[in-house]
Amino acid sequence: MLIKLAWRNIWRNKRRTAITVASIFFAVFFAVFMRSMQLGFYGKMIDSVVRFYSGHVQVHAKGYWDDQILDNSFELNDPELKAIRENPNVEMAANRLEGFALSSSGDLTKGVLMIGMDPELEDRLMDLEPKIQSGALFGANDRSVMVAEKVAEYYKLAVGDTMVFISQGYHGVSAAAKYPVSSIVRFTSLVLNERAVMFPMKEAQNFFGAEGRATSVAVILGNPNKMDKVVNELTASLDTSKYEVMSWEEALPELVQAIEADGAGGLIMLMILYMVVSFGMFGTVLMLIQERVYEFGVLLSIGMGRLKLWTVVFLESIFTTLIGAVLGVIGVYPLVLYFNHNPYELTGPAAEAILDQGWEPVLPASLDPSIATTHMLIVMVVSILIAFYPAFIIRKLNPVEARRN
Amino acid sequence: MSAVIKTNNLQKYYNPGESLEVRALDGVTLEIERGEFTAIVGPSGSGKTTLLNIIGGLDHETAGTATIGDTTITALSDNELIDFRLNNIGFVFQAYNLIPVLTAQENVEFIMLLQNKSKEERQRRTAELLKEVGLGDKMNSRPMEMSGGQQQRVAVARALASKPQFVLADEPTANLDSQSTSDLLDIMAELNQKENVTFLFSTHDQRVIDRARRVITLEDGKIISDEKR
Repeated sequence: MLIKLAWRNIWRNKRRTAITVASIFFAVFFAVFMRSMQLGFYGKMIDSVVRFYSGHVQVHAKGYWDDQILDNSFELNDPELKAIRENPNVEMAANRLEGFALSSSGDLTKGVLMIGMDPELEDRLMDLEPKIQSGALFGANDRSVMVAEKVAEYYKLAVGDTMVFISQGYHGVSAAAKYPVSSIVRFTSLVLNERAVMFPMKEAQNFFGAEGRATSVAVILGNPNKMDKVVNELTASLDTSKYEVMSWEEALPELVQAIEADGAGGLIMLMILYMVVSFGMFGTVLMLIQERVYEFGVLLSIGMGRLKLWTVVFLESIFTTLIGAVLGVIGVYPLVLYFNHNPYELTGPAAEAILDQGWEPVLPASLDPSIATTHMLIVMVVSILIAFYPAFIIRKLNPVEARRN
Repeated sequence: MSAVIKTNNLQKYYNPGESLEVRALDGVTLEIERGEFTAIVGPSGSGKTTLLNIIGGLDHETAGTATIGDTTITALSDNELIDFRLNNIGFVFQAYNLIPVLTAQENVEFIMLLQNKSKEERQRRTAELLKEVGLGDKMNSRPMEMSGGQQQRVAVARALASKPQFVLADEPTANLDSQSTSDLLDIMAELNQKENVTFLFSTHDQRVIDRARRVITLEDGKIISDEKR
């Protein structure tokens, strides 16, 4: 009966209930939309980083992270490394051999990051084909390089031109070679786009005199939420005196900080939104109490306990909030779904600013269901907190004075 | 006959000890027997409503005692009084007695629900009571679909639903027309005579006073006459 009473009470003043429901609807709608776009963008950033840099998890030789030289590379035929590919949560594991070199073409020189990799695997990982501006991706046994767009611009290179590279290889061996350019690629990452040169793993090992070696294994997971679990499992199965297992969060703390800083701004916006809505909800409760003081007095007089009376008011608040929150989620879902499938593409200075940071200027909406449930929970908590006010009023209510109201 | 209500030297002072002290009740001692049909009358400010509020466990006295049956209600805490009112006293107020979103049937049942009575008992008694007050055909009507007189009759049914020791009615006819007043008084008188329900009214209404079998007159917080008919 208390539930029935509460449910019918919220429809006593349909206009007020509609206004309250609408305010909660818009709060949840905008909060979920904002947060979905924000988290979708972060997801895109993380995905880029994970695919182009570290993987969700990176395995490298102990000491490599602090001193990224080829002498800190490791043997790829170590049987222990089978644990990486045998882990059921691992979707892909890409071996990479990275080292710095001085490049030259014509009269110009430039320091570049040379990355030896498996073209087929990295194409799947980085989705390279669509990013290739000219030429074609090299094969695993080719002797050619794929050059980042800015490097090619610097040297005014075209496909078929030759580049010369000089470096110091594994254990100080002299590394020098010339390679034709098989393709020019545009990376969204500013760092990669300005200095990356990629070539087949086999040729990289040959160039650096590091046969059968790699500097890192970038591990991609089927479910990124299992990252900590995989880090723990790999740390347990690999010899930690030889190998180090790192999550992308450990490998790229500056990205974590950037996301946290940007996220804090978004949270302040959400807090302001919720404060406005909370005052609206509180105003409704104030009106509700004022209008029904006489009725509360009658109910207390006839023997309805204060707790039961408050329960009715509490349920009214919960029902109203629930209706608004559920409608808000239902209302925003098509919009979120649309922007998930058709990410919003930034243009102009905003896009340039994001590109300067090395990210793609597209804002896909995240479909993570926890965003909707979190914001529904937030409004429910706000509603519960506001319901303490009627509890306070009802606790103090004198039935005689209430009936004089 | 046994006393349902006893008050002994009941006093209620507002602003005690100050220059603006108001003596709403000034030593009221009375006994109401089971089955009485009593009206408390007097001019505005004479203390009628204050007396009913204290007897009804809705307000606290300054001094003296009020006993309902075997319970001295002036010694009960606020929470104990709520339970006591639920199980021992029926209330009919001047107006807006009913919960507007519940039907007549639900309004009457509501009291028994608070008493944790079984569904069967609630439904059976509700049907009986609404029939007794002549509203057997209005069970599913909400208050706004009924006249003022019909609403007061539902309030009477609700007051009786908890099987109280007595019914307190504070100006129950103040907002009713002649016919509704007459109908309501007929019903209450019938319940009083047939089922020995004790009614205690505060009223200005001469039609109620005429039907009462005992009239207690208050003035300045004191009983100035107590007439049994």
